[in-house]
Amino acid sequence: MIIAIPVNENNAEPSICVSFGRAPWFLFHNTVTDETQIIKNPAANAEGGAGIKAAQFVVDHTANVLITVRGGENAAEVLLAADIQIYKAQGRTARENLSAFTEGKLEKLESFHAGFHHKQ
Amino acid sequence: MKIAVLSGKGGTGKTFVSVNLAVATQNATYIDCDVEEPNGHLFLKPEHIQANPVHTLLPDFNTDKCTGCRKCVDFCRFNALAFIKGKPKVFPEICHSCGGCVLVCPAGAVAEHGHPVGRIEHGAFGDVSVVTGVLNLGEASAVPVIRAALAEGLTGERHTVIDCPPGSGCPVLESVSASDYCVLVAEPTAFGLHNLQMVVEMVRLLKKSCGIVINKMEDPYEPLEGFCRQSGIRVLCRIPYSETLAKLNAAAQIAYEHDESSRVLFDTLLQRIEAEVKL
Repeated sequence: MIIAIPVNENNAEPSICVSFGRAPWFLFHNTVTDETQIIKNPAANAEGGAGIKAAQFVVDHTANVLITVRGGENAAEVLLAADIQIYKAQGRTARENLSAFTEGKLEKLESFHAGFHHKQ
Repeated sequence: MKIAVLSGKGGTGKTFVSVNLAVATQNATYIDCDVEEPNGHLFLKPEHIQANPVHTLLPDFNTDKCTGCRKCVDFCRFNALAFIKGKPKVFPEICHSCGGCVLVCPAGAVAEHGHPVGRIEHGAFGDVSVVTGVLNLGEASAVPVIRAALAEGLTGERHTVIDCPPGSGCPVLESVSASDYCVLVAEPTAFGLHNLQMVVEMVRLLKKSCGIVINKMEDPYEPLEGFCRQSGIRVLCRIPYSETLAKLNAAAQIAYEHDESSRVLFDTLLQRIEAEVKL
């Protein structure tokens, strides 16, 4: 299983990013091989549609699970269509969230915002 | 002569100035580009209205022909397309109807269909030709309807008054783009000044000449007066904060037709704009 998490830094102990679409990096953890890689989010500086592009990025990395603080409706539509399960992040770091997910302590993220584009 | 009337802040009196300028001008066309909530028609009560729908184009994907090459998804700079389980999917609110996906598809699998987003109403009020753009409820982008309203109204050599939406974003840029001159309606308040500064920055970016109308004026608001002096933008007129004007507006009456001092004021404003445009 591959778990995706939007993160703020590319280091050994990255903190979780509150933004999904515009997170600078994504962490992908493979639970079978126990490998973790952090890859630059190609949607971070998109003019528009960042959520869709970031969701596509997560789909293309064959993730099965996304752990995020929040997400937009369009991103959720892409992710759910690709059968990715979305969980609500807790705490500060990616590591805490991976442990919490493994222990079954995370809840599904059920509500998605309408997007911040053109909003004050 | 094409005059755009804008303000940044809503409720400063764009429509008030626009409809009175349109009536003061002989044989003018009035275009309401505030398509999210057009209200010029409440004052200029157009008759013999002809309405035409406005459509934008959205892509349709023929899944039998689609080879899954993703060229369309990679091409879309607006990220309006996603590729899920081997099929492209469009997000209509993000799509800018550029048609790029149709062009780049090597398999001819992308066609387009018209999606209704609003309508243009065209009628007459005396010698004023009244064009109103109306955006459908829930549509994300006003720009296609504004573009259609301008295309409908900006024909021939008639003098035109373009009543712009509030703000200083894409809908305002689109509304202002074809104008010769911008009238910036400002309210003598801190909020009014702040938004005036934003639209001044915008019209300068577009290299449009402009003048300021101070509306709802009581005592001079020194920060606004100071900004006008420093920016070198001419104050074309000052409209008093008056009960008479408030009552006429609330009754959807045109001040130019019912109030002698307003008639003089808007005739003078029009002359000053004409002189500025000739400069």
